[in-house]
Amino acid sequence: MLEILKQSNNPEICKPLVEAVIQIAKEFQRVFGRKPAFMEVCGSHTMALARTGVKPCLKDFVNLISGPGCPVCVTDQRSIDAMIALAEGENRIICTFGDMMRVPGSNKTLLDSKIAGKDIRVLYSPVDAVQVAEDSPDKEVIFLGVGFETTIPIMTLMVAEAEKREITNFSIWMTTKLVEPVLRYLLDAGEVNLDGFLLPGHVSIVLGEDSYKYLVDEYHISGVITGFETAELLAGIYKSIDLALKGKPAIINNHPAIVTKTGNQTIHQWMDKYLTKSDEAWRGIGVIPNSGLDLRADYDRYNAKKRFSVEVGEPRKTKCRCGEVIRGLISPNECSLFGKACHPMNPIGPCMVSAEGSCAATYQYMRESS
Amino acid sequence: MEKYISLAHGDGGELSYRLIRDLFVEAFNEEKAAMFDAAEITLSRRQIAVSTDSFVIKPIFFPGGSIGKLAVAGTINDLAVSGAKPAFLTCGFVIEEGFPIADLKRIVTDMANEARKTGVTIVAGDTKVVERGSADGVYINTTGIGIYEPNVGCTLEFQEGDAIIVSGTIGDHGIAVLAARGELGITVPIESDCCSLNRMLGAVLQHTSGVRIMRDPTRGGLATTLVEIAEDFSLTMEINEIDLPVKEEVHGVCDLVGFDPLYIANEGKAIIIVAAEEKDKVLDIVREFPEGQDAVVIGSIISKQKGQLLLETPLGSKRLLNRLTGTMFPRIC
Repeated sequence: MLEILKQSNNPEICKPLVEAVIQIAKEFQRVFGRKPAFMEVCGSHTMALARTGVKPCLKDFVNLISGPGCPVCVTDQRSIDAMIALAEGENRIICTFGDMMRVPGSNKTLLDSKIAGKDIRVLYSPVDAVQVAEDSPDKEVIFLGVGFETTIPIMTLMVAEAEKREITNFSIWMTTKLVEPVLRYLLDAGEVNLDGFLLPGHVSIVLGEDSYKYLVDEYHISGVITGFETAELLAGIYKSIDLALKGKPAIINNHPAIVTKTGNQTIHQWMDKYLTKSDEAWRGIGVIPNSGLDLRADYDRYNAKKRFSVEVGEPRKTKCRCGEVIRGLISPNECSLFGKACHPMNPIGPCMVSAEGSCAATYQYMRESS
Repeated sequence: MEKYISLAHGDGGELSYRLIRDLFVEAFNEEKAAMFDAAEITLSRRQIAVSTDSFVIKPIFFPGGSIGKLAVAGTINDLAVSGAKPAFLTCGFVIEEGFPIADLKRIVTDMANEARKTGVTIVAGDTKVVERGSADGVYINTTGIGIYEPNVGCTLEFQEGDAIIVSGTIGDHGIAVLAARGELGITVPIESDCCSLNRMLGAVLQHTSGVRIMRDPTRGGLATTLVEIAEDFSLTMEINEIDLPVKEEVHGVCDLVGFDPLYIANEGKAIIIVAAEEKDKVLDIVREFPEGQDAVVIGSIISKQKGQLLLETPLGSKRLLNRLTGTMFPRIC
């Protein structure tokens, strides 16, 4: 597998692919009089396109727009304030993914709370939170459950593990998001003109190729499921332009070794057992009905939102335009704060913080060309 | 400057740089010395090098080393990359009440073995014990004294075309320690590269000319170290992504958690910048040592202006590399 990945970054394979993409993009430009535009839904795509140099190479030929696929970036400001307030409570251990630590709330970050002495732990393997709870029976251990379909299944495993071990001091603060509702929102809103989506390789492992049929059937737009290595990204873009040129919308699975037609059915069963759809607030968008998953009522004992009350005020208003960035309406450098008041050492919005954020990707990998 | 010390202040990146520049250098008024890993002082007729470092690591025993081996090798390497021949070490211990003596013995034995192997003598030490809870096991400070030999050393006279050599694969130490903490939930067969480089680097200086500078890319990794050199000496340097030596296992873990090997710590690697015509000779010497077998040229100095580090991607596009900005945290998915 690693050999294949290495080949996928080989210049002898990638450079001709870049040429092929440029040629077909020029053909598109000749036919339609404009550059083709695609949205990469996944934050890991955003980072990979910048890191590998694909985006800078193609910037004159293809418009690659970052979409709402970074789990931290799409988390509503009020949710972040709530999670920080939750961490301020007494006798608690907060466990979280690392990305969340530096995301600014209205007044502080989780990192600030940790420095001030609160017990906040970054986990690499989320299920470890259950072990933390077992090791600290006199504390309430709360996991901050942020993420898309890729990470949501892990949360069901955590609940199953807590059940198995009969642990009562463990709960999850769920603010999870689903891909389909936000894609529908973007397409219904019609704010951004797209010729197709680069669909996320990770999420698609769970969802499966068939889950994107609505894009073709209802919105007449194409999607190409794409991996994260250089050659995979370039092949995904090539196929996207080819579909747009042919004018026949379709879903192409360009990641077939990993993504199946129907996704991971075992995971679907787990999610159905523990979770139910919930309304979720998205940064810069607002509440989208049924756009997230929360624990079923049977599992209220593991639902931190049911167990702890948290009061937060109106979020502090800033000039941060992360909301527009995640909707694909502006590029990061169109925000007046970008690279000035807002940079990785002093992020104003989550898109500059997250390891998958488009502002962070632009700052880290494309600053001189932005 | 920030109000409080955060973990990122200790990661060797931008915050560490600012802390040193704005607090220590400002107070001690030794700006020139702060550019190098060891200070050069003159005592009667001999020039000697002094370097000090404190070692805090979790876990204290990890595949390929321990805090003891690290404390000796780390300071020896700081002297060695400065062009000095390490001669003496002192060590200071801060030990938490309740720390097992058996573990301490293992640490001290590691220190003694590493010192013996490298021909360095540990000449003085100090021990403080603090109450349980006031420290995390054991912390070690080592101070090293090395001797500059006449007419042997780095020239600091950079030229366009100078080659950038790294003495082996990057990121091994950082990933080995991360895996040893058990936080990844996976077993990674990687050992830390922790080792002393003084014999290898001493041989390079003895048998070649034209070595411009040497550095050990510890915290902040290869990229941060090269950015520092580029900025300190106003050079534009370019490295080639395809030439970077990264073990497949390190690459795999970095992909998994969202880290970049360029910013992961090393404890047994050297960067050597050398005149183009001497690079093959340097490579031959370095590769004779087990710790330098995987040495490669990764780039060159392309201009004596600007103070920046560029990375050429496999596609041929170039991007600017910066210091590590804050602690690297594992990503969500």
